Amino acid sequence: MITTFTPVEALLGGSLIGIAAVALMAVHGRVAGMTGILTGAILPKGDWDWRVAFLVGAIAAPGVITLLTGVALPLQADLPSWAIILGGLLVGIGVTFGGGCTSGHGVCGIARLSRRSTVATATFMAATLVTVFVIRHVLGGF
Amino acid sequence: MRRVLSALAIGLVFGVGIVVSGMANPAKVLNFFDVFGTWDPSLALVMASALAVTFLGYKVVLQRPAPVLERTFHLPAKRQLDLPLIGGSALFGIGWGIAGFCPGGAIPALGSGQSSPITFVGAMIVGILLVNGLGALSARRRALA
Repeated sequence: MITTFTPVEALLGGSLIGIAAVALMAVHGRVAGMTGILTGAILPKGDWDWRVAFLVGAIAAPGVITLLTGVALPLQADLPSWAIILGGLLVGIGVTFGGGCTSGHGVCGIARLSRRSTVATATFMAATLVTVFVIRHVLGGF
Repeated sequence: MRRVLSALAIGLVFGVGIVVSGMANPAKVLNFFDVFGTWDPSLALVMASALAVTFLGYKVVLQRPAPVLERTFHLPAKRQLDLPLIGGSALFGIGWGIAGFCPGGAIPALGSGQSSPITFVGAMIVGILLVNGLGALSARRRALA
């Protein structure tokens, strides 16, 4: 499925992600990693309130955008359910062992010049690249 | 209350950033990685701008004695590169490449009401609980030994 290059939206959206990451550190002293925030919300160790609030805010985003602009979130996932479930399981297992995902390692960790986060990000980006190549160009898609 | 309202607002900004950038759209994410096919370089700019803003912002914020609403900054203390970090990240990448959702993309996508992010997040939570359950089990065994 072809998608078009959207540099303005990419820069605007990326900057907002960065602003949120800086704000969460400035106000709450926390890394804006979705894996850590989500895990702490479903397996609480005492401070689940701000985590749940962050998640609710994030989930409200598509609705708020639609309310303000009338534009619905373009979400194209024409994959069989088994692939979505397999992908979800692997992501959940992987980010828990790896201690973070794109937001935690890829944005917040690299921004702190963390060696662990840089290695983690290089590893998952390479693994994703190879996986997409194999699925699309070796197996011929799902 | 201030803590909850502030986190709610920051979560909303994060989610809007994710949705506007295209990270909540699996087709766009997978095309970013399909360099030899229908390549869409957008996500490189998402990562670059998010990183630049966070890098500069952290420089200022982390010089302050403490965050506004908490006593201390909670920064990861681990330094060593180990097998869980690398193996886990590789597994995450494989899953990301299969489904096109990462955790930060899938959570805001839940708000679209469509079924694929709900299915994905359900499976992802099962994965998170599995590993945490195993971890708790092995910690208990170690404590008993």
